[in-house]
Amino acid sequence: MRHALMQFAPAFPEIFVLIMISLILVVDAAVDDGKRFLAYFLSLVTLAGASFLTLRDFSTLPVLTLGGLFIDDPLSDVLKLFLYLSVAIVLVYSRDYLRQRGLYKGEFFVLALFALLGMMVMVSASHFLTLYLGLELLSLSLYAMVALQRDSSVATEAAMKYFVLGALASGMLLYGMSMVYGVTGSLGLGDIAIALQDGTDLRIPLVFGIVFIVAGLAFKLGAVPFHMWIPDVYHGAPTAMTLFIGSAPKIAAFAFVIRILGQGLESQVSDWRGMLVILAVLSMALGNIAAIAQSNLKRMLAYSAISHMGFMLLGILAGSQNGYGSAMFYVLVYALMSLGGFGMILLLSRAGFEADRLEDFKGLNRRSPWLAFMMLLLMFSMAGVPPTVGFYAKLSVLQAVVEIGYVWLAVAAVLFSLIGAFYYLRIVKLMYFDAPHDAAPIKASPDARVVMSVNGLAILALGIMPQPLMAVCIHAIRASF
Amino acid sequence: MTYTTAIFYFFASILVFAGLRVITARNPVHAALYLVLAFFTAAGLWMLLEAEFLAITLVLVYVGAVMVLFLFVVMMLDINLEKLREGFWDYLPLAGFVAVLLVIEMALILGSRHFGLEVMGAPAPHAADYSNTKELGRVLYTEYVYAFELAAVILLVAIVAAIALTLRRRKDSKYIDPAEQVKVKRNDRLRIVKMQATQKPGAGEDGA
Repeated sequence: MRHALMQFAPAFPEIFVLIMISLILVVDAAVDDGKRFLAYFLSLVTLAGASFLTLRDFSTLPVLTLGGLFIDDPLSDVLKLFLYLSVAIVLVYSRDYLRQRGLYKGEFFVLALFALLGMMVMVSASHFLTLYLGLELLSLSLYAMVALQRDSSVATEAAMKYFVLGALASGMLLYGMSMVYGVTGSLGLGDIAIALQDGTDLRIPLVFGIVFIVAGLAFKLGAVPFHMWIPDVYHGAPTAMTLFIGSAPKIAAFAFVIRILGQGLESQVSDWRGMLVILAVLSMALGNIAAIAQSNLKRMLAYSAISHMGFMLLGILAGSQNGYGSAMFYVLVYALMSLGGFGMILLLSRAGFEADRLEDFKGLNRRSPWLAFMMLLLMFSMAGVPPTVGFYAKLSVLQAVVEIGYVWLAVAAVLFSLIGAFYYLRIVKLMYFDAPHDAAPIKASPDARVVMSVNGLAILALGIMPQPLMAVCIHAIRASF
Repeated sequence: MTYTTAIFYFFASILVFAGLRVITARNPVHAALYLVLAFFTAAGLWMLLEAEFLAITLVLVYVGAVMVLFLFVVMMLDINLEKLREGFWDYLPLAGFVAVLLVIEMALILGSRHFGLEVMGAPAPHAADYSNTKELGRVLYTEYVYAFELAAVILLVAIVAAIALTLRRRKDSKYIDPAEQVKVKRNDRLRIVKMQATQKPGAGEDGA
């Protein structure tokens, strides 16, 4: 049996990132503690190089290669570019924080890039095998990153919880995949879609498998009732790691869901739509209500993440191209907001001070009006107040839901986001109307301040002109489905 | 009941029993040994599925290497089992109820009605000279080479993570480095405090 020579060109970004990881591992092992910036610098070079490679070979049509395990389509290219961007922002924000806590080591950068590689694999997977391997590559790197601060018992506990529940979720996912394999006889998403096109005699086992797959996906997304790990991990992990977990992996998780449910199991939309409705409603309800009771900002943003994932699921459960496009827009915007929110905690923190309680934000306006304004934009956007982009993102997923006739769901979503507005606006109140809790000057590095300004202003700019990004999302979905 | 069916049920019942004992055994060494038994019987089941290479690999790698290492670790660590098992009996009624319900539901769906021989049909047995190993190697390095490489990357992550999490200087370590000791300078140990060389008024008379 002969095999066609494999096309490696579509996978150049992945190959490049892997080569650079190996290089950073070797370089970092050879230099002493004073030269850790080399790993930082090389990581940024890696991201820039990968962006260049992805942009150079930007695909217009889906290309299936590497034995049908790898797909390169506009969807994966767009998502990869956003992955590079958010990892780069994470690195800039967290540099000072890591240095102050003795975590500024090559391992952090290597693990972050490994996680990036896992996300890239997930984003351009067209096979259950690669989806799963990418997910494990991402998860294992994240577990290690959370545990990296060895002297903190909270971080170790968070890593342990994350690991155990993550392993459980992977088990569920694998079990569901094995059921789908039993019904369709294939692991490739394209083959599964073809096999299920005309229905199947084994409908009950298939639905059984879908239940397990959806449960596994909900675990990874952090949707209620599979959300228990999110607040503890977000709270316990060092803020730099929380920033990482809260941003790029959400984009990869979106791709993961869209690949399995949207591409592989598209014909079974009537089966999984109901499950996603339950997940979405519960997530929005519990996320928004539980966030009110939090006094720790990281924990509050964790519950906010749960509710945002509920909103994102609204777009996916619409099952239409418009719905997928708006869900993609939502997740990209959410990643940007999450980067800003956790990034602000990093900017305000200093050696021995975490700045992660709500009262640490009291009177921020008097300490730094500009940063307070940025935080105001971020909070408005998370709450969905116009003219910030969060409003438009919510509006577009609601439109997709109304299009399929689920008006009650849209109404419920609006009500829950109204409840959510309370705790976002409370931060604004603390920043502008309360007296400062501590008057120490903010010692954020200039580059982090510049990136934060761009981050906050992007929220505003995208809110005024959402069309270009929305057009990119819709185009990516249209061209890939 | 044919001969292979009998063997299947023999292995399967031992596997389930061993699996249960892994999580209920009081002694961690016993639990590890039951895990060895579980792997061994699972290898027997794989042999029935004509996956000879995988069955032997399971025995060689897991039973031979991984579990032996595991046993070593379990014996070296002083695990306080009573503390670990705290609350086991409190949670058992609810957990047991959920587990039994899950097993019944799964049995209803996964029974022979959907995946039985009438629905699926048994795969044709391979010829005597069919090489399991060769076929596995063929797809592993052609069709699935991407997945194979990814698995290798995951192992690399495991190495990096294990080293990053364990290689560190403990704060309470009393470890002494002779090279550092030899290099020590006078200034590291001795601090000379310069003081005014004046006599206290009246101090001279006392000594006399």
